[in-house]
Amino acid sequence: MMVNIVIDGKKLEVEESTTILQAAQQLDINIPSLCYHPVLEPYAACRVCVVEVLVKGKTDVVTSCNNKVQEGMEIQTASERALRARKLNVEMLMARAPAAEPLKEIAKDLGIEKTRFEIEDPDEKCILCGLCVRACQDVVGAEAISFVERGKNRFVSPPYGEPSEACIGCTACAYFCPTDCITYEDIKGRKVIHSELHLGPETAIRVPIHQAVPMVPFIDEETCIHFKTGECKICAQVCPKDAVDHDQQDEILDLEVGSVILATGYKQFDASRIAPYGYGHLDNVLNGLEFERLVNASGPTGGKVKCANGEEPKAVGIVHCVGSRDENYNEYCSRVCCMYSLKFAHLLNEKTDAVVYDFYIDMRCFGKGYEEFYHRLLEEGTKFIRGRVSEITEVPLTPEEEGRLIIRVEDTLLGALRRIPVDMVILATGLEPSVDHNKIAKTFNISCTQDTFFLERHPKLAPASTFSDGIFLAGCCQSPKDIPDTVGQAGAAAAEALALADKGTFELEPITAVIDEDLCSGCQMCVNLCPFTAITYNKEKGISEINDALCKGCGTCVAACPSSASHQKHYRDEQIFAEIEGMLIE
Amino acid sequence: MNNESFEPKIVGFLCNWCSYTGADLAGTARMVYAPNVRIIRVMCSGRVDPQFVLKAFSEGADGVLISGCHPGDCHYQEGNYKTLRRYKLLNKVLEQFGIEEDRFRLEWVSAAEGAKFQHICNEFTDQVRELGPLNLNGGNQ
Repeated sequence: MMVNIVIDGKKLEVEESTTILQAAQQLDINIPSLCYHPVLEPYAACRVCVVEVLVKGKTDVVTSCNNKVQEGMEIQTASERALRARKLNVEMLMARAPAAEPLKEIAKDLGIEKTRFEIEDPDEKCILCGLCVRACQDVVGAEAISFVERGKNRFVSPPYGEPSEACIGCTACAYFCPTDCITYEDIKGRKVIHSELHLGPETAIRVPIHQAVPMVPFIDEETCIHFKTGECKICAQVCPKDAVDHDQQDEILDLEVGSVILATGYKQFDASRIAPYGYGHLDNVLNGLEFERLVNASGPTGGKVKCANGEEPKAVGIVHCVGSRDENYNEYCSRVCCMYSLKFAHLLNEKTDAVVYDFYIDMRCFGKGYEEFYHRLLEEGTKFIRGRVSEITEVPLTPEEEGRLIIRVEDTLLGALRRIPVDMVILATGLEPSVDHNKIAKTFNISCTQDTFFLERHPKLAPASTFSDGIFLAGCCQSPKDIPDTVGQAGAAAAEALALADKGTFELEPITAVIDEDLCSGCQMCVNLCPFTAITYNKEKGISEINDALCKGCGTCVAACPSSASHQKHYRDEQIFAEIEGMLIE
Repeated sequence: MNNESFEPKIVGFLCNWCSYTGADLAGTARMVYAPNVRIIRVMCSGRVDPQFVLKAFSEGADGVLISGCHPGDCHYQEGNYKTLRRYKLLNKVLEQFGIEEDRFRLEWVSAAEGAKFQHICNEFTDQVRELGPLNLNGGNQ
């Protein structure tokens, strides 16, 4: 039911269930508040949001966050009486939590310079609004923290002030805290925080990458609070289209298609396999994708290059060919690493004052404009050192190496062993076939080359096709390649797939088997041999017959036929006999 | 005959999809191997009729090689399994003809295994050379 109210002289018609605060928000009237959050039930703890109301001839000062509107209600958000009450409440809060920044701002707006009450702890930030406690209970469902003690001794804590077993380390309390009283570091000490938080995705519901197709968010069950505690669902609450469905399950669809393009991509080489490089246990040793994330403007540091201690590196080493061109790991060249390493070097030159060292075996700048880019980097002052890095260590030999990462390398141009201290190392990790590569190959009956990437039909003339008709390849599943090459191959694969579909007819190889009716004795030996069920037994005629559309021309039935009734076109017994004879002529 | 100067004649039946492509790869990779194996391409190793093998031996071949896809990789799903069964049976027949087991060989070579094909050709040629010429029916000397 709708009710009519007046706020600060402005008339408004709102739903009966609306609170005064929400109604004021509709009119863009700002009522200051600290403990109100739209996804949580109002709690009226801070009492900053008090307003004066006139209803049924009676005036009263009430909190606006939890009191609902009534028919004919007249509300004054900044009347003398309301302001007086608000100022008193703010002053009392200031005595309790003088260090709380948002509180100071509200006080400033209200013209309060200092509180007239006694300050107990000048560094205190907690206003005891309970947002953290309510978030932990109502949103997260973990119930790891609560109010402890009463009255002026009240504070928020996990049970007995000990790290709580119930805490899932979601940091929701820190997120909801209006005065930054709980910080990420507080929780970090109590419970393991999602280990990838510093570089990985920031929210549990997100669009995987900016170029994602389709461009829709998904919920990461690993980090989503709902899948840990069964609560939260804030995303569903705030979605105006009711599009968020936490019960959605993965579905397996059966699709009938005419052709398939395999674009199953690659997996990044796991740099921790090369123990001397220290990836995984040395801070500031990153792989290519991690640095890509770090330097991204939408990344965790807003695109600023920072070491683990938060400082900008003074020297950065980029190590080429990590997991590529190495007999111990992969012999092939991953093709893309030289160029992305150069890109990193360029970004480092652009964004930092760091000295950039590039450790390479050979520079492979094979594409259009690539060699020119390399020359640009040379001019920018990047230090290129030719030689494979043998070790990255923290153990210093000189005072200037103290606290830094030392790259040990044989400079093959100088013919000398060198130790180069840097603050950050980027490992240009190579490309490997995707995890379930072999399974995919088996599923589609296609072959792999020795480096285990998918084998194309012909290296020059059919680089996007496979030996199985209607199955095409695009991208790194066929071999490591950069984006332009991938796009080119994908276009070719798509065109070939379309051509196949567009033709409307399917061309059969002219090598199918035929059964000579006069010779067939109807023994049916061939019927069971055919892997494509192309052969059926015709009871009326007493012979076996081959369906041309199903026969793939393997010739197994021909080899097995005891009465030589089955022939394979172009591979007839006589033809092969003649080949053998011709071959063995003295 | 002096085995040193004897060059055996070997007929190789290679399936189109794996082994023939593998042999092709050995060629395009310019791998050097014994030229004694003379290749006949069939669509599938399952097409190799036992008659072909017998015909080859009777026409004067000193060895016969059949090569197909690795088990599970057959372009026609299971042709190579049928070859394997026929190979075992045919070996028994050849034994009765007095043809040594070592003159008849079945191998799996994938399209990527140019080097393996090279190795097999060299090894099999050496093996047959060791056995000397096959003097079937007294030979054609």
